[in-house]
Amino acid sequence: MASREEVLTLQAAVAQREEELNSLKQRLAAALLAEQEPEPERRVPVSPLPPKAALSRDEILRYSRQLVLPELGVRGQLRLAAASVLIVGCGGLGCPLAQYLAAAGVGRLGLVDYDVIELSNLARQVLHEEALAGQAKAFSAAASLRRLNSEVECVPYAQALSPGTALDLVRRYDVVADCSDNVPTRYLVNDACVLAGRPLVSASALRFEGQITVYHYDGGPCYRCVFPQPPPAETVTNCADGGVLGVVTGVLGCLQALEVLKIAAGLGPSYSGSLLLFDALRGHFRSIRLRGRRSDCAACGERPTVADLQDYEAFCGSSATDKCRSLRLLSPEERISVTDYKQLLDSGAPHLLLDVRPQVEVDICRLPHALHIPLKHLERKDRESLKLLREAIEEGNRGTQEGAAYVYVICKLGNDSQKAVRILQSLTAAQELGSLTVRDVVGGLMAWASKIDETFPQY
Amino acid sequence: MAAPLSVEVEFGGGAELLFDGVKKHQVTLPGQEEPWDIRNLLVWIKKNLLKERPELFIQGDSVRPGILVLINDADWELLGELDYQLQDQDSVLFISTLHGG
Repeated sequence: MASREEVLTLQAAVAQREEELNSLKQRLAAALLAEQEPEPERRVPVSPLPPKAALSRDEILRYSRQLVLPELGVRGQLRLAAASVLIVGCGGLGCPLAQYLAAAGVGRLGLVDYDVIELSNLARQVLHEEALAGQAKAFSAAASLRRLNSEVECVPYAQALSPGTALDLVRRYDVVADCSDNVPTRYLVNDACVLAGRPLVSASALRFEGQITVYHYDGGPCYRCVFPQPPPAETVTNCADGGVLGVVTGVLGCLQALEVLKIAAGLGPSYSGSLLLFDALRGHFRSIRLRGRRSDCAACGERPTVADLQDYEAFCGSSATDKCRSLRLLSPEERISVTDYKQLLDSGAPHLLLDVRPQVEVDICRLPHALHIPLKHLERKDRESLKLLREAIEEGNRGTQEGAAYVYVICKLGNDSQKAVRILQSLTAAQELGSLTVRDVVGGLMAWASKIDETFPQY
Repeated sequence: MAAPLSVEVEFGGGAELLFDGVKKHQVTLPGQEEPWDIRNLLVWIKKNLLKERPELFIQGDSVRPGILVLINDADWELLGELDYQLQDQDSVLFISTLHGG
């Protein structure tokens, strides 16, 4: 049995190593930061990879488990080593995809991401770690992958894929993987792949569902063949609003890696011309047959109108990020800042605070004095909810003159609260509610968390 | 006179949120003069199944861009889109495409 003294010695040694480790992590973060400002041309080197003639002894050992697969074999492995893959987006899909491609020995990985690591990314973006929060994802991913397999060449591009640079970049790679999170980028990547003649392995995920397919491969359809028109911006849900389970992006990223590996090794993909749907909640995989290439496709058809890359944000009516949109439904007079609301609250002015978020978000955090009625219930004019609202308005405004009641509406970011104000105004006009002054709180509870109460959770 | 049809109507990719979160609907389309096609199935769905915000599902007489329609697991474009005539026991899937990653 270890003596007490030995325990103390070991504890001290562990503490010392932890301190060393922390200091190393800080140096690494600083080094990664410094790496972010090199001359631009350093980031776009990439001459074509030379064909590889033979595997070294170390490579044979390293890849032995896949080398003995007759479908892959030495021939396939040599092809992987000479292959280059451009990964657009180093998030929930891009991380597992890049990880498996690097592990399998793909020669070169281009890593595109303009964004920086946030704490809320870590539950699914598994190449990034806590110590590098605030750093560029492209560099963090490259550093992680180099630790995994130093033989793989990783080329980080810490910038958004833009119409100005996309084509040149895509031409430098053999296969492209779309791991992005927004509609304009999906059209941009597609058009660049069609113009450059590259196969595109495309996946997406939201909530408990995922979708994957291969575009523009061997005469198969491209993204525009299947989706000639972009969806209306208001119908697109991002991961922050809709939520997503990390394992689901993980499963889809791995499936993407599989398709990329099969293309790069010469085995051919499985999902060209078909779309695999994954429903994680029900445990279903379902493959559906897509249309073929459209002869009138704007990108890959017989008389294409997409001759060069265009303004995709204008085409889609949305920005090339998955950041939450700011709705402007109300005039400034119909809104109140969190600072002004805090003053009003402290002054004890009679009013009702109405929280219109879904129940699941109220369970995460709430202001204790707020009445909760989800926006959906207001939209449906749910009778129970309206009764509750009438009572709470009366209660909150007790002692004020008839018709001078105040309601302040709050939500997470200040979008749904604006819609709720319009609904309350229409209910007042229809005399389903008494006379009211209704305002919404700009920036919602997230503004409250950043400007008023630092202890209030952000999500 | 076309006989009543029993059809499975399914929603996915978030489209089910416009239908009270219910993905699978086993429906019986009543007998009518004309044969049932996707065009009048959409009208029937809007009237009988859709719970909110029809503009997020329907645009004109078709589905909005970004929703794929699959008839018996095949893209409806292969089968005549709105003009496809439904058969008894057909399965029609409306899938909203995802963009997150």
